[in-house]
Amino acid sequence: MTTAKAVRHLPPHPMDSLLRTERIPHIWCPGCGIGTVFNALLTAIKDSCYDPDAVAMVSGIGCTGRMAGYIRLDSFHTTHGRALPFATGLKLAKPDTKIIVVSGDGDLFAIGGNHFIHAARRNIDMTVVCVNNFNYGMTGGQQAPSTPLGAKTTTTINGSPEEPFNFCDLAASCGAAYVARWTAQQVRSIRSSISEAMEKRGFGFVEVIAPCPSAFGRRNRMGNALEMLKFYRGRSVIRSDIDTRDAIVDIDREIVVGKFVDIERPTFMDHYEKFNRPQMPPWRVGHPDHQKGR
Amino acid sequence: MVAKEVLTGMHFMNGDEACCEGALAAGCRFFAGYPITPATEIAESMSRRLPQLGGIYIQMEDEIASMAAILGASWGGVKSMTSTSGPGFSLMMENIGLGICTETPCVVCNVQRAGPSTGLPTLIAQGDMMQARWGSHGHYEIIALSPSSPQEMFDMTIRAFNLSETYRLPVLMMADEVVGHMNERVVIPYEDEIEIISRRKPSVSREEYLPYKADDDWIAPMANCGDGYRIHVTGLTHDERGYPAMNAEAQERMVTRLVNKIRKNRDKIIATKNLYMDDVEVVVVSYGISARSAMKAVRDARSEGIRAGLIKLETVWPFPEELFRSVAGSAKALIMAEINGGQMVLELERSVRGACPVKLVSNFGGAIIHPRTILDAISKAAKGKL
Repeated sequence: MTTAKAVRHLPPHPMDSLLRTERIPHIWCPGCGIGTVFNALLTAIKDSCYDPDAVAMVSGIGCTGRMAGYIRLDSFHTTHGRALPFATGLKLAKPDTKIIVVSGDGDLFAIGGNHFIHAARRNIDMTVVCVNNFNYGMTGGQQAPSTPLGAKTTTTINGSPEEPFNFCDLAASCGAAYVARWTAQQVRSIRSSISEAMEKRGFGFVEVIAPCPSAFGRRNRMGNALEMLKFYRGRSVIRSDIDTRDAIVDIDREIVVGKFVDIERPTFMDHYEKFNRPQMPPWRVGHPDHQKGR
Repeated sequence: MVAKEVLTGMHFMNGDEACCEGALAAGCRFFAGYPITPATEIAESMSRRLPQLGGIYIQMEDEIASMAAILGASWGGVKSMTSTSGPGFSLMMENIGLGICTETPCVVCNVQRAGPSTGLPTLIAQGDMMQARWGSHGHYEIIALSPSSPQEMFDMTIRAFNLSETYRLPVLMMADEVVGHMNERVVIPYEDEIEIISRRKPSVSREEYLPYKADDDWIAPMANCGDGYRIHVTGLTHDERGYPAMNAEAQERMVTRLVNKIRKNRDKIIATKNLYMDDVEVVVVSYGISARSAMKAVRDARSEGIRAGLIKLETVWPFPEELFRSVAGSAKALIMAEINGGQMVLELERSVRGACPVKLVSNFGGAIIHPRTILDAISKAAKGKL
């Protein structure tokens, strides 16, 4: 599309103050679960005590990554898989900023898997929201590290021969301070988990199992978006405080949801300050004790 | 005790350490890196010095992450850099492209070793020159500097930061193993004698601000994260608002500006050092450590009565093609000395356009070029036997 889109006078949306409304309509397909997660995230930000000028969003590539282009905050749409190291640099340089990383399962755990492991291990203070739709939606529905064994995608037409990742177990075992999983229909829980993860000092991870009716649902004959939502919700079993090794995502049996981890652990900056400059005040950009504000 | 950010005085240090001190003097307060010979000493120096100055040193999981992290830090308003060598430089190419596209100031120092692949980790080459120019996908212009001594590692790192802040892009320091590891005298000037340039900030309100609308000099003022401008930054082709624009017109506009902000400011960016160029008939062109071999060869040629001269490239990219086009008219021959199979010599030949013979003196890496090899080429050229 090279011509400007016709201006439609849409009724105001409660989240307009946090949206780049001039960029709406968005690119997401009808029925996509990302919108639900985005709305929950915006509500969590709006209801929080944070000054929106001190909240930044970082994303990588993929459908979920496009959230960064619609949110009216300082927002960074980076390279595929690299949202976490970019966000790490931003957070350490500007520690007063609340950082939210939004990303899909492919971006975070395939191409960006190594960065995820290390960001969680370092306990970088940020909130990571993963929309898991079991495939690469943006490119038309290819196999992802989350694709269920036997599921059909454009690159596994006879069924995926790989066992999928358990993202929450990975996050927990790497040291994330907050880990939760919900399905896209559990909107209140998504929102409260994002709020809790934002409040948490440290690496917070919220996974949302979301429908991708255009690609994953269609190829696996899962019906329309509503039917997919209901299906995931119906398979879900709330088992907070379960050992994350048992918090399985098996769409043929059950999808274990809940808040699995909520712990206190020193962040990278806590350790850095302690070991490197116990005599100095906490690091702030332009702080006279640290630099001349060049 | 308060640590000093500028270690004014006379020092005996290696090139890697001098690079670190230059960065700190330029105001760098964030370093993300990954160990790699022969650039490790830059990271080690940074890890010692940055915490003293209130800065951040972080060792990332790889060079991809290192490059991403320094971009993030730069948007956080902190001058940032990383250092590496060939294998890591290859990994950084992805996010160097992001830095180009999003116009993010930062510095990458590549202390070159011999490749391809793992190659000779502890031995010199200058084989990444074309990678520096074209290594990331798509079409863009780049700025790369090439230091020939620890002193120049200090001086040029400061210039690299100033250029990156002025022109808003990752600036590449194309050092080499010998310059990185050699110990020499480094004179660090008084703090107030060091010129420091920082990014131009927007002077308009949030409503009026267009993050990628350039001023007359092709450069757009830069708001940092948290300045209240609510910027959107993307590696997608974008318009002046920073918003994705998926069409040929937007691509043309964006890349034209990315290219022109360097091309139209070439005169301010390009720097060379000339030696015996007044009455010259054989011109040696070189950069990095090879320029030191070339300098010796040119002096020896002069003592043999040959009218040889040297043009040392301080900026390797953009390439000073106009300079060589004018020099070629009066020279008998041009000789390029570099440690690779012939990379910058291609640019030299292109610039000269056949006006005089161009000869390459080189090896594939592992050792510097002996001055005698260059002297032999000069002698032959003087006799018209190239």
